[in-house]
This record gives sequence, structure tokens and C-alpha cells, in this order.
Amino acid sequence: MKPIKALAFAAGLLAFAGSAAAEDTFIIVQSTTSTQNSGLYDALLPGFTDKTGIEVRVVAVGTGQAIKNARNCDGDVLLVHAKPAEEKFVADGYGVSRADVMYNDFVIVGPADDPAGIAGASDVGAALGAIGEVQAPFASRGDDSGTHKKELSLWAAAAVDPASASGTWYRETGSGMGATLNTAVGMGAYTITDRATWIAFGNKGDFEIHVEGDAALFNQYGVIAVNPEKCPNVRAEKAQSFIDWLLSQEGQQEIADYTRDGQQLFFPNADPAKVN
Amino acid sequence: MQDFGAAFAEAFRLIVSGDAALMEIVLLSLRVTFTAVFFACLIGLPLGAALAVGRFPGRGAITVFVNALMGLPPVVVGLVVYMMLSAAGPLGVLQLLYTPTAMVIAQTILVTPIVAALTRQVVADLNAEYDEYLRSLYLPRGRMMATLLWDARHSLLTAALAGLGRAFAEVGAVMIVGGNINHVTRVMTTAIALETSRGELALALGLGIILVVMSVTINAALMSVRHTAERHVHA
Repeated sequence: MKPIKALAFAAGLLAFAGSAAAEDTFIIVQSTTSTQNSGLYDALLPGFTDKTGIEVRVVAVGTGQAIKNARNCDGDVLLVHAKPAEEKFVADGYGVSRADVMYNDFVIVGPADDPAGIAGASDVGAALGAIGEVQAPFASRGDDSGTHKKELSLWAAAAVDPASASGTWYRETGSGMGATLNTAVGMGAYTITDRATWIAFGNKGDFEIHVEGDAALFNQYGVIAVNPEKCPNVRAEKAQSFIDWLLSQEGQQEIADYTRDGQQLFFPNADPAKVN
Repeated sequence: MQDFGAAFAEAFRLIVSGDAALMEIVLLSLRVTFTAVFFACLIGLPLGAALAVGRFPGRGAITVFVNALMGLPPVVVGLVVYMMLSAAGPLGVLQLLYTPTAMVIAQTILVTPIVAALTRQVVADLNAEYDEYLRSLYLPRGRMMATLLWDARHSLLTAALAGLGRAFAEVGAVMIVGGNINHVTRVMTTAIALETSRGELALALGLGIILVVMSVTINAALMSVRHTAERHVHA
């Protein structure tokens, strides 16, 4: 009798937990610091919540940590910016499918006196080469985030190995974009940042954008619903309705309409063929 | 640095305007911290008293361990609680991650060793003073612990305040297990971290000033309660 009772209790507990999940009126989005620090979510989410009654709870961490958290089933939606890692997440079965949402670009910022003389360069590879050449201080995220992954790929393309200079002119902060910008401004180091965070950033000091416009600096954001087959606890239906809304004409327009200081921060580019 | 002046102006503006978002954050900070300290006292006071007057094997080792845990880094506690509460963790079914409850759990773990270690010291000192008297009464150990805790209550307030300060000030644990979600798990310290990362240094420092003012107010209030109570005792 005892084991049966225990089983019944466990089943009841599971049913209770299940029903609790079914009644939830929120979803958890694992996302990046860049989208939160720029204020995009504050502008974007109320419209969706008003329309559907679904509250969107954003956990903003680096892309690497966001993906790890989603792999642990601690989120319903993943909205990050590291396409290869996102595709791997889907291929490994953790995500249902991946869709482009929006893009902007990365820029190289640095002190106004520009010790490496890269201002106005349109070739990011040459600019990084010059920074490595004169060993000008460079602050790296060093945190496996989307921006960090992009930065490493740019160094590799420029045939510079900054890891060997770590601790000298190449400084890995191991923190988020905002913290790294604060550090870079504090020690007069170049760094790479997404344009949205940069525009919204309030502690620029005498820093300026030195390099922009290279196609290699393209920054694509993608959205993925966490797979209920891997994670039975996800709120799959609500997650999907959020993603559908993001990719819809309305959601895309809201993204396009978000500006700071008169500048558009994100450019919607969902595939119209996938939009309903 | 004109930032300092701006920070005080920002703090003043936030307080005077009764900013609704700020109120929400402040109230959640207080709720989480006081709940955590309450549970920490529930565990820490008897544990500390037991370590002070109990006679059981391993008491010395446990005392060293509890004292050492006072220095537990919040981020480690946050990580462990995250791994326990994560959907992939052993307690994932409870669905507590990214809720204020998760923050209370993490802070309780942080604060309990502080309360227990300070309680042990206070009760041990008092016990040395009362030793002969208490032994002459032939009290059972449980009654003896209760008596000592009651008599040391004014000094133990300091232990609770030390725990409160720790919980109120830490950011590492609540950031990981709470997620700093707007309107859900954002507290004073995580809001300060967020504004710092947005480069809004004056606003961040303004929030910091408010945090310090609140901490001073709470301490002053509890201390005055203690003084009033003590005067009653000695009157």
C-alpha cells in the first residue's frame, strides 16, 4: 500500500505543479544585456502585454549564459545574438526553431586621442591590426557573450592573437557590456560594443566611435522557443505567441519605432515568408 | 567629478517625487531581506546557543565551520541555489527560480552563519558569567539555552542587525537566483548594478545613497527599541 500511496502523492504533486504552470500568465525570456541596457524591452513589452495579458519577464545576461540557462530549461524563449551558437542550440534539440528578429551593428569605440590612429577606418581587420601593432589598451568582454564571440572572430580574421597579450594591453573584464564600457572609459582602452548599448550608454566620457560600417560588424539577433520535448515545464503556447508577435508586422514596427536621441537602435528583419 | 552632486540631487528627486518604480523596488528589498533574516534567526539562534552550551561530538569543528561560513561569497551561494532550483536541478519541480522566494532562500543561507556565529559568542560569554547559578538550578539543557537566549536578547539584536546588513547589501546572490526581472525580482542592489551597467552613474549612486539612508534608519530604529527596552529592565 505504501508505495502506491507515495506514487499517488507524487502524481498529485506533479499535477499540482503542472496546473500551477498552466495558470501562469507570464513567460521568461533569456536574453542579452544589450537589449535590456538599451531600454528596448521597456518600450516593446507593454504593447504585447496589453494585447495578450501575457507578462514577459526578461532575464538579461550574456548570450553564453542565456543559452546555458535555456539549456537548463530555465526560460521559455531565447533572444540572443550569436547565430552559430543559436543554431547549435536548435540542432541539439533544445530549441524548436530559430528566426531572425532584428539587427544592428557593432562599433569600435575608443578615447578621442586615438593612440592607434584608427579613426574613420572602414576596415575593422586593419583597425584591430593597428591596435595590436601599437599595443594600445583594448578591453574585451571575456565572458563568452555574443559580443565577445564576435570580437574573437574579428581578431582571428585580423590574424592577431590577443590571448597571448592578456593582462598587458589586452584586458578581459569578464563582465557585461555596460561594465566593460565603464572599464574601457576608465582606462582609456578601445572596445567593441553593439551600437544600441553605445547610444543608450550614459558614461561615454570623451569616447567616440572610431570604426563602423564594415560588413563584418553586422549584428543579428535571433529568437528561439525552448523545446517542450526537452523541457516539459516550458510555457510553449505563450512563448510561441510572443515570438509570433515579435515577428509580426506590429512587433517589427514597434522595434523600428524605438529610438534614443533620435536614433533608431534596432532594425527589424524578420523573414516576411515566416510571418503570419 | 560633478557626478557626486548629481547623485545627491538624483537621490533627493527620487525620494521627493515618491517615484512608483522606486517604491516597488524598496518594498521588495525590505520584504526579501526581513523574511530572510527572520528565517536565519529561526535557525541561527538555537544553533548558536546549542554550539555555546551543548556538549556533543564535533562541536568544535562545527563552530569553526559556521564561523568560516560568515565569509561565504554571495555569488557562490547564488550559484548553488540556482543549480538547486533550476528546472534541471533537484528542486526544479518547485518552479521557484526567478521569484522572490528564491532570493529569500539564498539570503537565508548567507545570513544564518552570521547569526549563528555571533549568537554562539554572545551566549558563551553569558554562560561563563551565569555558569554556577545555572548549574545550581539543574536545568535541562534546552531550558538553559532558552534562558540564556532570552537574557542575551539585547546583545542578540546586534547579531540580527549584522545579518540584516549583509542581506540588504549583497547583490551577487539575488542577481543570479532572482534574475533582476523588472517588477518581479528587482531590488535596490540589482537596480544599482543595472544602472551602473547602463552608464547612468548618477542614478546608480543616487539609489546607493537611498540604500544607505534606509540602512541607517532601520539600525537607528532597532537600536532605540533596544535602549528603551533596556531602560525598562534596569528601571
